[in-house]
Amino acid sequence: MSNAAVTAATSSRATAAGKSALARLGEAFVGRLVILIPYLWLVFFFLIPFVIVFKISLSQTAIAIPPYTPVLGFGDGLAGFFAQLKELSIDNYTWLTQDALYVNAYVTSVIVAAISTVLTLLVGYPIAYGMARAPAMLRPTLLMLVILPFWTSFLIRVYAWIGILKPEGLLNQLLLATGIISQPLIILNTYTAIFIGIVYSYLPFMVLPLYSSLEKMDYSLIEAAKDLGCPPTSAFWKITFPLSLPGVIAGCLLVFIPAVGEFVIPDLLGGSQTLMIGKTLWNEFFANRDWPVSSAVAVILLLLLIVPIMLFQRAQARAQEQDR
Amino acid sequence: MNATWSRFNITSIVLGFAFLYLPIVLLVVFSFNESKLVTVWGGFSTKWYVSLFHNQGLMDATWVTARVAVISATVATVLGTLAALTLTRYTRFKGRTLFSGMVFAPLVMPEVITGLSLLLLFVAVGLDRGFVTVTLAHITLTMCFVAVVVQSRLITFDRSLEEAAMDLGAPPVKTFFQITLPVIMPAIVSGWMLAFTLSLDDLVIASFTSGPGATTLPMKIYSQVRLGVTPEINAACTILIAVVAVGVIIASLANKRREVQRQRDEQAAQRG
Repeated sequence: MSNAAVTAATSSRATAAGKSALARLGEAFVGRLVILIPYLWLVFFFLIPFVIVFKISLSQTAIAIPPYTPVLGFGDGLAGFFAQLKELSIDNYTWLTQDALYVNAYVTSVIVAAISTVLTLLVGYPIAYGMARAPAMLRPTLLMLVILPFWTSFLIRVYAWIGILKPEGLLNQLLLATGIISQPLIILNTYTAIFIGIVYSYLPFMVLPLYSSLEKMDYSLIEAAKDLGCPPTSAFWKITFPLSLPGVIAGCLLVFIPAVGEFVIPDLLGGSQTLMIGKTLWNEFFANRDWPVSSAVAVILLLLLIVPIMLFQRAQARAQEQDR
Repeated sequence: MNATWSRFNITSIVLGFAFLYLPIVLLVVFSFNESKLVTVWGGFSTKWYVSLFHNQGLMDATWVTARVAVISATVATVLGTLAALTLTRYTRFKGRTLFSGMVFAPLVMPEVITGLSLLLLFVAVGLDRGFVTVTLAHITLTMCFVAVVVQSRLITFDRSLEEAAMDLGAPPVKTFFQITLPVIMPAIVSGWMLAFTLSLDDLVIASFTSGPGATTLPMKIYSQVRLGVTPEINAACTILIAVVAVGVIIASLANKRREVQRQRDEQAAQRG
């Protein structure tokens, strides 16, 4: 082999190496982008807004556009920043704790959400169990039927219940016609209507995680228990229920967390007599135009929910690890 | 398995599905009601559908909603797929816990909080409320749902297919577009559809982030519902349900056909 050929060979190998280094750099760059784009989007549109909410919750209402006193900007330089730091007030928070209306709204929301969650579990469990034990051929169809209402508008599904629950509505017509009751039941604009609305709207969120943990269960365990003389009820509590616990937890969190801050259901079905924090926040913002107080309401609501949300995130992460 | 599917199981499923579907069925039935009273049957009529198409405000709102939904679902699908890739492929990087928190939290976050916080952001950066802000808000919310849907498909994805492609010299980006993307495509499509319907459906976040001239259909329906229940709204809701139902049915049929095709290919491969 001549010297020239060797040089040519080495140089071509060198370009090849150079190209692959460049390509590797490109790939690393693409990999960074895959992470960075959604990351930055969520930081900007999800995380930073919370900081702003917190900031505004410390300001005062003002007749201006936007309707609050400016807080913590660098518009007037560093000195202005520190001057504004002194202006910050926790008045909105003291206001929230002193006014019984807000405290009541928080407490009621948590109680209503908790009761609705338990009711949803009671309604959802038999459905999920029945689905998990259905012939394998039927299961995809049943699953589809549970998901389908979720695709139709939430607002529409809540609206549909107004026509059913009204004093002269379909439920009362049916009950009166069959002679079960002689006076129309007042359901609309009560907490009962809110319970019905939440159970109805959130049922798929409960059934899906329950179903996925019940379907994975090994039913020969139940048969073994039966063979050993264990009555069905105690077999359920000793085997089925504990094994479905991850689904129960995920389902309850999926219902409870959004239900605490629910607005549409208490507003349309609960009427003006019922008190829930999502509705209070909405009214504070849209009717009173008090942005700082509604921000403070939101901050406290978030603090209430932060533990359940973290539990939810951890449950999700764990489920993901198991699937892997 | 059949033997254990007891009468109790069947009853609970039938009752459960009746509970889920009866209100929707009643709503659709009463949209064809002649009478103005929503709950008293006065004979069959399609007049509410006719008056619906002459309601300019409602038609405008429908057009706004459709545009917001298509744009936000499309952008959210891209961002959500990237987020899903990040969650499943990059298990170790700084701030991963924060990232997965930011993906999962919006799924359960009460809408009033998300809506208010996004509005305050838009005010802070001086963006006028309207079409753009609603779209940005919907992208943020729905990308997380897309991420969860796509992620569940990526977890069960057979990585050896990708490794084979790369062993044969395909660069990672090409591998992604030629191998990974086609395999996870059904999940991406259903993610898009989920994002589309969520955007179509949203009242609370849209009310906070929208401005004059960008009233969406749910906002319009909500303001009319507050004034009283009318058959016209029933008709509008029925059309909305029909659009979504047709979309879902087409998607599931397409899915099934692809599945059948795949099985046929597999059998052919085994025979050959």
